[in-house]
Amino acid sequence: MKKSVFLGTLAATTMIAGVAAAGTLDDVKARGELICGSNTGLTGFGAPDANGNWVGFDVALCRAVAAAVLGDQNKVKFVPTTGETRFTALASGEVDILVRNSTWTYSRDNDLKLDFVAVNYYDGQGFMVKKDLGVSSAKELDGATVCIQTGTTTELNLADFFKFNNISYTPVTVQDDSEAQRQYLAGACDAYTTDASGLAAARATMADSENHVILPEIISKEPLGPVVRHGDNQWGDIVRWTFFSLLIAEEKGITKANIEEVAASTTDPEVRRMLGLEGNMGAMLGLDAGAFKNAISANGNYGEIFEANIGSATPIGLARGLNALWTQGGLQYAPPFR
Amino acid sequence: MALASEAPKESFRLSMLIYDTRYRSMTIQVVVLILVLLFVGWLADNTIQNLAAKDKDINFGFLWNRAGYDIEQQLIPYTNDSTHGRAAIIGLLNTLVVAFFGCVFATIIGVFVGVLRLSNNWLVSRLMTVYVEAFRNVPLLLWIILVFVVMSETRPQPRDFRVTDEMIASGTEPAAKMWFWDSVAVTNRGTDLPAPVLDRGLGSIDIGSVPVNLSVLLTLAVIVASVLANRALLRRARAIQEETGERPVTWWKSLAILFLPTIALLMALGFHLDYPVFKGFNFQGGISVMHSFTALVIALSLYTGAFIAEIVRAGIMAISRGQSEAAFALGLRPGRTMSLIILPQALRVIIPPLISQYLNLTKNTSLGIAVSYLDLRGTLGGITLNQTGRELECMLLMMLTYLIISLIISSLMNVFNSSVKLKER
Repeated sequence: MKKSVFLGTLAATTMIAGVAAAGTLDDVKARGELICGSNTGLTGFGAPDANGNWVGFDVALCRAVAAAVLGDQNKVKFVPTTGETRFTALASGEVDILVRNSTWTYSRDNDLKLDFVAVNYYDGQGFMVKKDLGVSSAKELDGATVCIQTGTTTELNLADFFKFNNISYTPVTVQDDSEAQRQYLAGACDAYTTDASGLAAARATMADSENHVILPEIISKEPLGPVVRHGDNQWGDIVRWTFFSLLIAEEKGITKANIEEVAASTTDPEVRRMLGLEGNMGAMLGLDAGAFKNAISANGNYGEIFEANIGSATPIGLARGLNALWTQGGLQYAPPFR
Repeated sequence: MALASEAPKESFRLSMLIYDTRYRSMTIQVVVLILVLLFVGWLADNTIQNLAAKDKDINFGFLWNRAGYDIEQQLIPYTNDSTHGRAAIIGLLNTLVVAFFGCVFATIIGVFVGVLRLSNNWLVSRLMTVYVEAFRNVPLLLWIILVFVVMSETRPQPRDFRVTDEMIASGTEPAAKMWFWDSVAVTNRGTDLPAPVLDRGLGSIDIGSVPVNLSVLLTLAVIVASVLANRALLRRARAIQEETGERPVTWWKSLAILFLPTIALLMALGFHLDYPVFKGFNFQGGISVMHSFTALVIALSLYTGAFIAEIVRAGIMAISRGQSEAAFALGLRPGRTMSLIILPQALRVIIPPLISQYLNLTKNTSLGIAVSYLDLRGTLGGITLNQTGRELECMLLMMLTYLIISLIISSLMNVFNSSVKLKER
C-alpha cells in the first residue's frame, strides 16, 4: 500500500518534471517579470550604472521585450552570466532570453538546441595592444601572449587565425572580461582579443585609453544577437519582431520623442499596423495591440539605442558601420510588418 | 526414547520479517536498499526525460571531435587539431602534476613545521603556530589568488629584460635583470628556467600516441641501478661491521656509485643547458613555468602543509614521553631520537589522516580555474563543456576521473600504511 503511494507520487513527479517546458510567454506573464540573461558587466552593452540600474545596448533590447510583453520596461530582472554559464542558464530555464554578445554559430544553433532569433550587432573579432609595443598588425604578434575569455567563439577563431598565418602564440585563458582586462593592463599578456565592439567598450573604461590601439585586422564574423530556447517558436517570434519593430521605427523615423505624435497623425499603413492602430498584429503573437508601440517608446528605435549606448557620442565611440540600416548601406534589414 | 524433546519447528510466517529480531534487521536493510535504488532510478529517468524534452541525449561522441582550442601547459603533444578527449587528458596530466608537487611540498612543510611547533625554542614554536593558524583559517581560494596576483603584479614585464644595441652603446641597464648568472627570468607571466638538452639524444618511441623519451628512460634506469648498487655496498659494509666490528669507509665509494654513472651517461648523450633568451614578445628557449602553476603549487602546499603540520604534531604527541626519555638515556641526540624513535612510531598515527589531506589537495587543484590554470576542470569541465554544450557528460566524466584518482591515491597510501603499522607477532 505504502509502496504503491510512493510509486504513484514518483510517477507524478516525473511527469510534472517532464512537462515543465514550452510556453515561455505564459510563464513570463504569470511571473509579471522578464528574466534576461545579461553580461557580467560590459560597459555600453550591459552593465549596471552608478545607481544599480542596468543600462546598455543589449539591455535596451531586453527592456523593449519586457515593454512589449508586460507593458513596462522596468519589469525585467537581469541575471549576469559569464561566457561559460550563459547557455546553460538559458537551456535550464533560469533566464527567458539571453542578450549577451553571443555569436550565432551553426553548432550553437543546432547542437546546443538554441535559437538565435535576430542579429542586433554585426561584429568581428579584433586585437587590442598597447601602443608602445609598436605593433601595427595582428600578423606581427608571432610569439605573443594573448589574453582570451574562455567559453567563447573567439577562443576558436584565435587558434584558427594563428594557425592559418603560421605563427605561434601563448594563450592565457581567463574567466571573464574584467580579469582579462586586469591581466592585459598588468602586462601579463601582450594582446587582448575579443569582439571589436567589446574591445572598444573595454578601452573606454581604461584610465589611459589613448595608449591602447585596436589592430586593423578583423579575423572573424561575429553576428551577435538575442538567443532563446529551441522549440518555443512563439516566444522566439516575439523577441524577433520586437527587434524588427525597433528597426522599422528607425526606418520610418519614429523616435521615443515623437511616437505619440506619429501614432495620432500617421497614415502609413505599415506604421499603423505596427503601432496597433489597425489590424490585430499583437494578438497574432498573444500580445496586446500596443505591444510594439510600448517596445519602441521604452528606449526609442534601434538608432537611438545605438547612439545612446555605444554610438560616436559615447566614450565607446563605435561607428554604425555594418549596423547601419540597409537604406544607408548597412546590414540591418527588417522584413515588412504585414 | 528421546531424552530432550526437540523444539517445535516453527513454520516461517510473513509477520516474522518485522517481529522476529532474527529477520528484522535484514528486512530493514532490504527495504532501504530498494528505496535507494528507486531514488537513483528516478533521478536517472528524470534526467533522461528532461533531456529528451530539450531534444538532447547523452552521448560521449564529442570526445573524438576536434577540440579547436589551445592549451598553454602541455606535458604530452597537443595542438588545436587534437580531439576533445586528448584535451581532457592534457588537463588530467596538468591536474596530476600540480597534485604531485603539492603533495610532496606539503608533506615536507608539514613534517618540519609539525616538529618545530613542538620545539622548546619559544620563538620558533610561536612562529610555526602563527603560520599554521594563518593558513588553516583563510580559504584556500584566497591564498591561490593572493600568490598569483603578487607574482603577476610585482614582477616586471618580459620586455623590461630587453637589451638593445643602443643600450649597450650608451651603457644603460635594462629595467629588469635575470637571476643566477642570466639563467633564470621571473617575469609577470611566468618563470623561465634553463632546459636540459641532449645533443645526441636517443629519440623517442610512441606508445599509444604518447611519445616516450628513451634518453630519460635510460637515465632513470641508470639512477635506479646506482641506488641499488649503493644499497648492496652498504649492506656489505654492515655485514663486515657485524663480523669484524669495524665499518669500512664507504662514503666516497657511495658518492662514486651514485653519481659517476649518471654523469658519464649524460656526458655521452651531450648534455647541456638551453638558456632562455628574450626574443620578440617573450623569452624563447628554456622551460617556461606559468605563474598559474607556481601559484597553485605554492598556495596548495602552504595550505595543506598547515593541516599536515597539525597531524604530525598530534602523531608525535601521541608517542609516550617514555620513548624519548629512553632514547636520551641510551645517549641518542635529539635529532636522532626524532628520526629513529619518535617519527617511525608517530607514522602509524599520522598516515590515516594524511591520506585524506592528500585527497583534499588533489581535489582542491580544481580551484586552479581561478588563476586560469587549465587542469581537468579547465579543459574538460571548462572549455570543452562550453564549446560542445555537453554539460552532463563532461561533469559525469570529470567526477568519475576525480573519483578514480582519489581511489588510487587512497589505495596506494593504504598499502604504505599497512607496511608501517604495528606488526604483532
